[in-house]
Formats: sequence, structure tokens, C-alpha cells
Amino acid sequence: PPAHSHNDWIGPPDKHSNLRPVVFYVPPEESPLERRLREARQEAQACNQHFWARHNRAFHQEKEEFIYSRLKAKGLEMRDETGQKATLNAEEMADFYKDFLSKNFRKHMQYNRDWYKRNFTITFLMGQVALARALRWLRWKKKNVEH
Amino acid sequence: GLFVWHLKSSGTRHSPCQFLHLCRAAHDRLITFQYFNFLKRMYVTQYNKDLSQRAKPKSEPVVSPFHELQQLEQEKKVIHKISPIPAVHQPWPETSRRNELREVKSAAGAEGSVTAVRAESREDRQWTEMKLRLDELPGILARLSKIKLTALVVSTASAGFAMAPVPFELPCFLLASLGTGLASCAANSINQFFEVPFDSNMNRTKNRPLVRGQLSPLLAVCFAASCGIPGIALLTLGVNPLTGALGAFNIFLYTCCYTPMKRMSIANTWVGAVVGAIPPVMGWTAATGTLDAGALLLGGILYSWQFPHFNALSWGLREDYSRGGYCMMSVTHPGLCRRVALRHCLALIGLSVVAPVLDITTWTFPIISLPINLYISYLGFRFYRDADRSSSRKLFFCSLWHLPMLLLVMFTCKKSVLGKEDKGDLLGESHGRAVEIRLP
Repeated sequence: PPAHSHNDWIGPPDKHSNLRPVVFYVPPEESPLERRLREARQEAQACNQHFWARHNRAFHQEKEEFIYSRLKAKGLEMRDETGQKATLNAEEMADFYKDFLSKNFRKHMQYNRDWYKRNFTITFLMGQVALARALRWLRWKKKNVEH
Repeated sequence: GLFVWHLKSSGTRHSPCQFLHLCRAAHDRLITFQYFNFLKRMYVTQYNKDLSQRAKPKSEPVVSPFHELQQLEQEKKVIHKISPIPAVHQPWPETSRRNELREVKSAAGAEGSVTAVRAESREDRQWTEMKLRLDELPGILARLSKIKLTALVVSTASAGFAMAPVPFELPCFLLASLGTGLASCAANSINQFFEVPFDSNMNRTKNRPLVRGQLSPLLAVCFAASCGIPGIALLTLGVNPLTGALGAFNIFLYTCCYTPMKRMSIANTWVGAVVGAIPPVMGWTAATGTLDAGALLLGGILYSWQFPHFNALSWGLREDYSRGGYCMMSVTHPGLCRRVALRHCLALIGLSVVAPVLDITTWTFPIISLPINLYISYLGFRFYRDADRSSSRKLFFCSLWHLPMLLLVMFTCKKSVLGKEDKGDLLGESHGRAVEIRLP
């Protein structure tokens, strides 16, 4: 993102977490409230990134392991004669999906609670910042009109 | 397959009865629909109507260059969607047929649309400034409020209104539709507000405005409030308090019950079915002011319809649901998933029989609707027995045309308010009503 910009910039989705990273703009006269908002957003972004990157990596890894073990049980190799990667059909994968979901249930519950809390806090702070900015603008307008 | 489709909201909103009439067509089309409920399902299905060839004096939904664009987008997305599912060995014959059809059509398409699609995907991979662009705002808000789904919700509410055994009142009808639409926009926006990191991780939903940073969460909440509060107020004050209360309850049920429950328990599907059943009930109460058996029957039909529709669709999304942490029957209790779908297909037959008993329609309704109800039940049985992707897809696509057709048949078999028994008279009467509805 260019250095002269006064806005935040959002990028393409991350390879592991599928989340889009945001580069936050730090204005020179940042009020304490604005700083709290920015830090909350940065923290939430970091947490989300960490969670999903780890979670997705675990998913893909466990999926590979599952496919490998099932193929082995069937007496097949990971790659067949043509060199194509051997896969299991949807019904066999269903066992893995069910297992994975139940294994990660508690992790998801905790993440959900965490995410909802952060989301509400950030949005509330955004509201406060917007209000503060509006009041500042009105005061500046009044001052200009008086002069 | 499931495809994401962007449609710029067209200018005029056409009456729901016209919309239902539009849905009457051959069976082997793909339907671009979103759910007939408050956006409980995390996906958009695509309906490839052959718009250019049909003579439609009543409406012009899509301009043809957009049609080509949409088809190319579909093509892109089909290719994208099939590859992440390694489990499917061969592409379905249906999909390849559709691809061929699309290729033929897109060959005739304009060059401009091709570059437009490429430009959009290129832009997606770049860094963009997080600034609210006013010229893009209508499109962004349309996607935030899931405008197409909202339109379908409004049409089910209108179906409820039309089926009520009272003389048709246009102002009341318009107020009810507008209020329902606004309430639906609000609920959909809050849903997207809650689900940003999950939406990012699912293919179907990763292009939503909040995920892409096109608007801030604060703005999304403000938009939801500015739609929801006037919407409910309109329903309460302009129509009647009962409809307003139902609308508010439905928003609450969708945003505070269904959305969090999606990640907690499979019971979310039943809650979501109720969410989908409420709009026609709202339409009925808007017309009559009371919650009587007819309203509950219509609600019941929509409720039962949700299950074959959603269960069949979720069958193909198991990987995404599992990774995203969504508790859906298709992942955790696959047997139950199929049983419930079949059970509710059969329930639809039963409910169709109850309709004349409650004096809502004549006895021709269960007779005429029997073929389509039997067909969907047959597909439900096949899904139950085979439990594979092809049967789930067949059931899903059937559900897409089944509902509009059922509602249409119900409307034409509606028992006249004056109590005429003759079906010929009824048709004349209901056509008269349909003409009334078409007036702007």
C-alpha cells in the first residue's frame, strides 16, 4: 500500500487462513480512543489469522493422513499407475468430516465466543470514534462560522 | 453444483405473482434462486434461465450482456468448484452438459464481458484501499442484504397474502411486502456481520462485502438498523401489530438463534425452517389480521419444504461445513439427514390434502399437486436410499421448481371469497385477481 494514503488497505486472502490482511493507517494526531480501536482490530486480526491458519493446516494434514490410512487399508498406493493422486469417494470422506467436526467442537465454541466478543467491542469502538469525529467536525464548523 | 452469482438489482420490483408465473418452465433448467427464507443457508444457487429466448412481456429481469457475464462467471466458478472436491471422480454428465451449453452461449457473448470478469478476479488479488466508494454503494448494500434472497422471501410473503380469503387490498399488500423486504434486509445484514471469518473460509461466501472490506462493520450494523426499524415500524403501524411482531420475532430468530446455533447444534436446521415458514404467515396476517389455520398451513408447507431443499444441498457441502465448524446434519448425522428430508417430502403431500379441508383451496388442489409432490417424494426416497451426490443434487434442483409450482397451483385452486364451487369460475376469479396484482 502506498505511503501517502490516509486509509487502511485490505489485501488478497491469505493462503492458509483465507482471511484478508489489513494494513492499518496510523494518523499523526491519533486520539487515545482511536488508538484503542486500531489495537483492538490488530489484535483480532492476529488472533483470527493464527486460529484459522492453524486450523486449516490441521484439516489438510489430517485429511491427507486419513486418505493415506484408508488407501493403505484397501491395499492401494497414494498415486496410481498414471501418477494421479488417488482419492476416496465422498462417502468414505464423510467419516473423516464427521470425526474432524466433533474433535474440534470445543475449539470452535471457544473461538466463537471470542470472536463475537471482539466483533461487538470493535464495532462499538468504531461507533464511539465516529461519534467523537462527528462532534469534532461540528465544533470546527461552528468555530469557522463564528470567525 | 453451487455457483455464486452477482446480480445488479434491477430497477423495478415485479409482483410476486408474476414472479411465480415466470417460474413455470421446463424441468431441465438451472434455477438462480436463493432460499425462500431469511438467509439461513450459506450458499447461493444458480439458475440459468434461458431468458433471451423466452417472450416475457411482463418483465425484463436481466439485460443480455449481463447474462453472458453471468454465464462466464459461472463457467469460471464451476471449474473452480469442481477442483477442490477431489472425492468426485468424474464430473457429472449434467455438469458437463451445462458447461457445453454455457460454452456455446458464451461463444456468442460480447468480448467486453470476458474482460470484465477477468478484471474482477484480478482486482480480487490486489491490495485495495478500504474506503467507502459511493458509486459502488448500491451494489454493496444489495449484496449485504442478499437482495435476491430478500426478493424470494417477499414473494413467499406475498403468496401468503394472496392466499388469504379476503378481498385483495393493494395498499396493504404493498406495505406488507415492503415491510417484509426491509426486515429481511436487516436480518441478512446482521447475519453477514456475525459471520465474517467463517464466510472468508467458505467458497460460496468469500466474496461478501464485509469479507472483502468494502464496508465497515459499523456501517453494516447501521444499515441493518435503518432497514429493520422502519421495516418493523411499517409493519406494526401500517399493516397490523401482529405482522410487525412476527417480523421482529423472525429477525430475532434468524440473527440471534439460527446464526449462532449453526455452530453449536444440528437443531439449527429446524429453527431455520421456522424462519423460512414465517414470511407466508406474515403475508396472511397482513391480509386478515388474524393467525388462523390457513396461515399455519401455509407456514407448514414452507417449513416442510425447507428440509428436502436444505438437506439435499448440504450433502454436497460437507467438507466446507466440517472445516468451517458448522454443525449440520449432513456431517454429523447423515442417516437422520436423509430420513428427515424424505419425511418432509411426504408431509408435503399430507399438507396439500389438508388445504381443502381448511377451506383454503378446492379439492382440485391435492389432485393437481399430487404429481409434483409424488415426484419430489420419489426423489427424496432415492436420496434416502442411495445417499450419493447425484440423488442429492436431483432432489435439490427439484425443490427449486417444486415450491413455486406448488404455490402457483395453490393460488389457482384458491377457494373464491364469494364461495363459488365451480373450478372454471375460480380460475376466472383468480385470474382477475392476478390482473389486479399486475397493476403498478
